[in-house]
Amino acid sequence: MASVTTIPEQENYLTNGYGIKSWLLTTDHKRIAMLYLASITFFFFIGGIFALLVRLELLTPEGDFLQADTYNKAFTMHGMIMVFFFLIPVVPAVLGNFLVPIMIGAKDLAFPRINLLSWYLYMIGGVLITHCMLTGGVDTGWTFYTPYSTAFTNTKIIEAGLAAFVAGFSSIFTGLNFIVTIHRMRAPGMTWGRLPLFIWSNYATSLVMILGTPVIAITIILVAAERLFHLGIFDPRLGGDPLLFQHLFWFYSHPAVYIMILPSMGVISELITAFSRKRIFGYRFVAFSSIGIAIIGFLVWAHHMFVSGMSLYAALIFSFLTYLVGIPSAIKVFNWTATMYKGSISYTTPMLYAMGFIGLFLIGGLTGLFLACLGVDVHVTDTYFVVAHFHYVMVGSVLMAYLGGMHFWWPKISGRMYPEGWGRLAALLVFVGFNLTFFPQFVLGYLGMPRRYWQYKAEFQVLNIFSTAGATILGVGYVLPLIYFMWSMRYGKPATDNPWSAAGLEWMTSSPPPTFNFDETPVVDFEAYDYEHIKEAEVPVAH
Amino acid sequence: MHTNAATTEHNPALRHHFADMTQQKNSASLGMWLFLVTEIMFFGGMFCAYLIYRLAYFNDFGAASTSLSLKLGTINTIVLLLSSLTVVLAVNAAQRGKQKLLFFYLIATIVLGCTFLGIKAVEYHDKFVEHHVPGPDFHFVAEHPEGHSEQAPVNQQHAQMFFSLYFVMTGMHAIHMIIGVGLFSGLAYQAWKGRYDRNYNTPVENAGLYWHFVDVVWIYLFPLLYLISRHH
Amino acid sequence: MAGHEHNEHSIGFYVVILFALLALTGLTVGAALVNLHAWNPVVALAIASIKAMLVVLFFMHVKGASEKMTKVVIFSGIFFLLLLLGLTMADYGTRLWT
Repeated sequence: MASVTTIPEQENYLTNGYGIKSWLLTTDHKRIAMLYLASITFFFFIGGIFALLVRLELLTPEGDFLQADTYNKAFTMHGMIMVFFFLIPVVPAVLGNFLVPIMIGAKDLAFPRINLLSWYLYMIGGVLITHCMLTGGVDTGWTFYTPYSTAFTNTKIIEAGLAAFVAGFSSIFTGLNFIVTIHRMRAPGMTWGRLPLFIWSNYATSLVMILGTPVIAITIILVAAERLFHLGIFDPRLGGDPLLFQHLFWFYSHPAVYIMILPSMGVISELITAFSRKRIFGYRFVAFSSIGIAIIGFLVWAHHMFVSGMSLYAALIFSFLTYLVGIPSAIKVFNWTATMYKGSISYTTPMLYAMGFIGLFLIGGLTGLFLACLGVDVHVTDTYFVVAHFHYVMVGSVLMAYLGGMHFWWPKISGRMYPEGWGRLAALLVFVGFNLTFFPQFVLGYLGMPRRYWQYKAEFQVLNIFSTAGATILGVGYVLPLIYFMWSMRYGKPATDNPWSAAGLEWMTSSPPPTFNFDETPVVDFEAYDYEHIKEAEVPVAH
Repeated sequence: MHTNAATTEHNPALRHHFADMTQQKNSASLGMWLFLVTEIMFFGGMFCAYLIYRLAYFNDFGAASTSLSLKLGTINTIVLLLSSLTVVLAVNAAQRGKQKLLFFYLIATIVLGCTFLGIKAVEYHDKFVEHHVPGPDFHFVAEHPEGHSEQAPVNQQHAQMFFSLYFVMTGMHAIHMIIGVGLFSGLAYQAWKGRYDRNYNTPVENAGLYWHFVDVVWIYLFPLLYLISRHH
Repeated sequence: MAGHEHNEHSIGFYVVILFALLALTGLTVGAALVNLHAWNPVVALAIASIKAMLVVLFFMHVKGASEKMTKVVIFSGIFFLLLLLGLTMADYGTRLWT
């Protein structure tokens, strides 16, 4: 098992050029995806370290591990890094960059140099946030509400804001690239109705990136201007309104969570169909629900502001709209489960993650609806209930879908199989660890434990201990894939073109693919998820 | 379909991941329009702030607006509209393969853009001298046109809010103008080297779209900032 | 794939559009000097919108463009901007209601 196996020598994107320049100046979307994989994974673990600090402090009711200000910095940096440097870019920049051109039969994205620029912008943002962290960090919470962030805190708001601003442009350019690519570069025969749902999801995500991200960009500039020039746009002492900041901030940051979940849902559609060996149930419904989530997602932002002092009448409108956005998500969950019904299920690692996603997204999504109810929200807002809700959708859903996708496409990306036994073990640890970490937080929140507090009442300690214990298990579950994926690059079994006998253009080219993806431009004359016509180990070949 | 770019005749500007120039041109154009949408939303955040405060502090905004130079604002509007003409004529020249004319119109656009920025600088200087720049030195005194000396005193905070938004909005617009001038300088250099012709002039068109967009932003900024309350 | 038409408007046509824009500028300044009460901002924005449309349709070659996507993209941008402004106003407009 430990012998080094080499892939038969054929040109692929990994072997086409060696040396650091060939990577740092690449315009190959697959290499750029790998650059993102490395840097995003790095920031994930940094964000994880901050989570560890928070959970260690919360083992005991007293504030005895960190000072109060340091604790504020810990949860702030955890949030900022996880949101801007992990959750928003991860699925589009790693899996999307790699797969979108291949899945539509193109040679590359529409603008390969802008794609590379996106990565450099991400890295510049990353350097800025790292420097910010190392020189004191920010303590406002990742939401940096005014006037604390503009007039009172003396932490490094402008630097952190600049980091998010630059990372935001990375996101905008990725979205722009995807939209143009999907519109203009589909292979002959690849009609909109034949696109894999992963493409529909990334398309919907890109719409949100384009329309929402600029608003947070201008908001950051206004906060910086206010700090530097003492302007007062958001400062009540100078005639400003702090709620205006919140409106502008959440106009982006709510759709941002759909940037996180939509590509993950696209991954799930791919995994469920592949491991039920069945066409997706209700292709059109799933495709249009992605677009629906993207659009309706822009109508609900003020549900983050119900207790802020906003107008009650506006709150009623936003509450109603928030219920609406649950509908397309629910449609997807029904369609995935209907796809599995009477399917030929295999419990591979990706499928375990996908099935976990469905259950955890259900809980996360439903608790979102609890929060949409004004009366309930008044009671549980700013408590651990909200913290549990968003971790169920962000960690229990987005992250699990990402891991499922990484396992599913790993053979295509690296040309190697990962060790299935370890994969399943890690998936189990992630699932158990996750629930142990976050389910108690629903209870804690409902019982009244506030979020972002460094100390808490003694009666909450037992549940906090469960939560920290779960976080430890979860951490092990995350470190394992890091180790065995790297191991597999040298010692893993070489992968065939289509180890899963799955449908999709990406499985009709070699593992790893050649630099221009296909030997010849494919002509598509089959529907998506054409599993009736794909026998196991016999796959239609496009070349 | 078998594509092999090495053997077919193709435009030297064709990038290899595109099948043909039409696909490349349409992609670049769509990309630029999408970028302009991001700019709409970017400026939109500031327009949102402006809307809120204009409605809340209506009279004070009116008084503050009157202290802006209507003459300079109008001249700048005319300059920018003229520059949009020179841009569209530059694109037209490129499409007709008239390279010298293209170069001329690009330079004309740059000159007009710099004129705009120069006038803006004068306006900013005036605001500084009059203590209308937000900060510790801010002090606003409303001009009292004849017959209206009994006007209510202007709320300093509200007036300062107007000027905060004025500087942020026109400042951001000016930054975009500077970028535009930079873009067109690059274009002018390439045009001088003969890079653009009938078969390839997409960068000129797309930079033109950017310039027109910046003009459209000003078309809205001008009445919103300068023309609130000019009547007596 | 539909080719991008060369919008062969003559130079004279563009100059006419410019004159229209200049005339509208004069009109908006003139209207601002007249007290139209609540209609002042409405008139100002209406004139600005006409000017913007002239620039977009004719200078940016949207009128007669073969690509439908261009118009979809523009409408989306305007729609979401109006959404931002409108729904935010839903809060500010109703805050003082009892």
